[in-house]
Amino acid sequence: MTVDELQQLALKEQEAKQRYRCRINVCVATGCIMCGSERVKEAIEEAVKARGLEKEVLVQGVGCLGLCSAGPMIYVEPDGIIYHKVTPEDAPAIVQGLVSTPVERLICPPDLPFFKRQMKIVMENSGTIDPERIEDYIAVGGYQALIKALTEMSPSEVIEEVTKSGLRGRGGAGYPTGLKWSTVAKANGARKFVICNADEGDPGAYMDRTILESDPHRVLEGMAIAAYAVGAQQGFIYVRAEYPLAIKRLRTAIRQAERLNLLGNNILGTTFSFSVELRIGAGAFVCGEETALMASIEGKRGTPRPRPPYPAEYGLWGYPTLINNVETFANIPPIIRNGGEWFAKIGTERSKGTKVFALAGRVVNTGLIEVPMGITLREIVFDIGGGIPEGKRFKAVQTGGPSGGCIPEQFLDLPVDYESLTKVGSIMGSGGMIVMDETSCMVDVAKFFVEFCMSESCGKCVPCRVGTAHLYELLRRITAGEGTMRDLELLEELCDLVKSASLCGLGQTAPNPVLSTLRYFRHEYEAHILDKTCPAGVCAIRRAEEVPA
Amino acid sequence: MPAAAATLERPRVTPPSDDKRWRIVEATMRRHGYQPHALIETLHTVQETFGYIDEDAMRFVAQALRVPLSQVYGVVTFYHFFTLKPQGEHICVVCLGTACYIKGAPQILEAIERTYGIKPGETTKDGKLSLLAARCLGACGLAPVAVFDGQVVGKLTPEDALKQIRRWEEDDGR
Amino acid sequence: MRAPVKIKTLTIDGKEVSAREGETILQVARENGIDIPTLCYLEGLEPIGACRLCLVEVKGINRLVPACVTQVEEGMEVVTNSERLIKYRQMILELLFSERNHTCSVCVVNGHCELQRLAQRLGVTHIRFPYRYPNLPIDASHERFVIDHNRCVLCTRCVRVCDEIEGAHVWDVMGRGINSRIIADLNQPWGTSEVCTSCGKCVHVCPTGALSEKGKAVAEMEKRRQFLPYLTVMRGGRQ
Repeated sequence: MTVDELQQLALKEQEAKQRYRCRINVCVATGCIMCGSERVKEAIEEAVKARGLEKEVLVQGVGCLGLCSAGPMIYVEPDGIIYHKVTPEDAPAIVQGLVSTPVERLICPPDLPFFKRQMKIVMENSGTIDPERIEDYIAVGGYQALIKALTEMSPSEVIEEVTKSGLRGRGGAGYPTGLKWSTVAKANGARKFVICNADEGDPGAYMDRTILESDPHRVLEGMAIAAYAVGAQQGFIYVRAEYPLAIKRLRTAIRQAERLNLLGNNILGTTFSFSVELRIGAGAFVCGEETALMASIEGKRGTPRPRPPYPAEYGLWGYPTLINNVETFANIPPIIRNGGEWFAKIGTERSKGTKVFALAGRVVNTGLIEVPMGITLREIVFDIGGGIPEGKRFKAVQTGGPSGGCIPEQFLDLPVDYESLTKVGSIMGSGGMIVMDETSCMVDVAKFFVEFCMSESCGKCVPCRVGTAHLYELLRRITAGEGTMRDLELLEELCDLVKSASLCGLGQTAPNPVLSTLRYFRHEYEAHILDKTCPAGVCAIRRAEEVPA
Repeated sequence: MPAAAATLERPRVTPPSDDKRWRIVEATMRRHGYQPHALIETLHTVQETFGYIDEDAMRFVAQALRVPLSQVYGVVTFYHFFTLKPQGEHICVVCLGTACYIKGAPQILEAIERTYGIKPGETTKDGKLSLLAARCLGACGLAPVAVFDGQVVGKLTPEDALKQIRRWEEDDGR
Repeated sequence: MRAPVKIKTLTIDGKEVSAREGETILQVARENGIDIPTLCYLEGLEPIGACRLCLVEVKGINRLVPACVTQVEEGMEVVTNSERLIKYRQMILELLFSERNHTCSVCVVNGHCELQRLAQRLGVTHIRFPYRYPNLPIDASHERFVIDHNRCVLCTRCVRVCDEIEGAHVWDVMGRGINSRIIADLNQPWGTSEVCTSCGKCVHVCPTGALSEKGKAVAEMEKRRQFLPYLTVMRGGRQ
């Protein structure tokens, strides 16, 4: 396929879409499928057929609409109506609603802050295109950024644009993407690799899964642009085995892109060649660490190795390798299309663009949101999230998963950016955001994360292998009411060791949930130790209200 | 990727039995040129095809890919997705991700543990039920979540979970 | 013409030293009589930076770096013995002693054990963490050697020497985290291993009493490692 042919395909698809008077988009991402959206889609298709509207109304499966707790979700274009909690029985009414008035009882108010406060860049196509059709992606401007890069820009110009955008790695650490790319571009190697890290292991985070399920071609396009910029010929996507739907859609997307010569040899008639293979993880959180991930692609135990040398110089099979996360790659096409300066206007001084968060826990609206950097936690939790259900009181928001920390109420007006979150003892992380209310015990939460790190520790280095096991034992004792103040001292000392001496990011950040809860909720630890009570009533010792005054 | 070692004479390694399913495993290895780095991909195929990875399978894969036996065993036991023993007839996976934990997954797990006397990773003596705990299924918006024989169910209570398992027992009893 | 060897100058604990490009901090320190404690490191085997005892401070880098795998750079200022480092090393040893069942008084390498020697040198006299007392097996199925998992510190020297030097790859690690364990072949009795050549290299590189020769009583097992530098040189391999 040539560039011209691709442009024609885009036009043809756009025309085909416009022939329909309206489109009923049914979310077929994992969350809504769990609520039965596939049956809803079938029912609507039948209802459309029953009324003989097939030529006027297009029923299509689309990616995530965000409000996962109210699935199945439906988005009707061009009316812009969002329906939620739809059942197959509602199908005739919804189709009827196309010609008369919409079904009032199912409508999600469009002025809901949940939708209004968001800003979609990465998720721009999510909810409007069919993720299993490459033509849909092409019709909305997909692969135009790749064309632009290949035909109008030199590799160094591509890197310059990414650098200008100020984009930072969305996997957690926030390393400047442009800098990483230029390092790999400069490295000497007979071959180079591009890896997409889709081993989204943080419990409570599912942004990457949703992007892959909703708009897989965007990630492939981002990877191809990256490969062109750094001079790589082959790419791998390392995706969790726990995400079967994402794997299926990626496989489909790769096949489609190969068929249209958007991946493979001499892409779009240029001299650039790039192929992508999938590698399926096998259930090891530590493989999200880049050196462990590479060991896993090489078929080995996923144990990290000391850096330097960094993958940029010595990566997969010893060749220079660029590793970025799913959301990072997903940001690339719009940056190339609209320019780095456009992107740099969004967000804060040092954190540019938007961030996708998985908002979950004790909050009214749980689901997936994309917000500009710099938005406050209060806006996320109370406006977009709709606050705490059942009139309960907010206690903390946990970001960054097992590597992050719990942020208490006094920092709710903190702008969400890399530096601010780090300053209060948490991290941006990959984007999990769990809201906790007064029914959560912070010592128990710390124990939960330490247990996670203990069983996900690879066992290679001593501080992480043995240290996390002792951290867990100390927390178990405290939550069982057996702890002493000396245990608390030991806990703090051990946190310092594990953080400072562990080999990789897993160990170095494993104490963060403990340290941040100790910093802001020390009184809860002391209540368990001194008063032998769990103030939240979670731990299996006497509850606070049972203690005689 | 390192250059394929296709030029080397490769003695044909015969599968442990004439079970036709080995052909699927061989196809995976062939697709990767019998390179040692195909180990995890091949083990995925064995796990999918047979439901578990036994000694015969490990020996076969080790020989065919020329990976040391201890390395194969090390890899199989490192990754939680691989199992050395067959799973029960029915599998219940309880998600223990953060959102599920906060919203009551431990109570669900405890109810199943108490009722069936098995812990995560174990199978009942009659081989009917395996209980597993997952790290995060990424369905946090619907927490707490569990998977019953591949069917994901959200906003679960301990009672719902037990009901679901009892339904299996009733169906099988018929 | 051979490429000239580049020389780097740096300071270690305030002492000015010079080094060849590509040398590690540990190598240069040892050449200059500065002793950095190590456990998983063994000259002649690929360093892995796992035990974390050789962590040192480098001015300008805000995290600690393992001396065994960190190459020297011009102008580096290395500190190997700060109070903080000594405290960490002591704690790492405490963790190791608490992890498994290290009962020196009844151990075949009592008096010749690297773990014991490190504890003495670093003044570790008691363990503040609760002992985990895991229930671990002893495998005496090999005709000449024994592996006692109670004494193992998971340094993987045995795994590396068997793979890198002997080329047999009998050993590897199974499981992960605190449940990791050294295994032979498919986690089978050592004596039934199909690939073990009974060369004994693993026994002699083992820093503790985890691997020993049969027939040794308490404190009788001494390790002989003369073969390692010799074999490494003969293979013209790594430094």
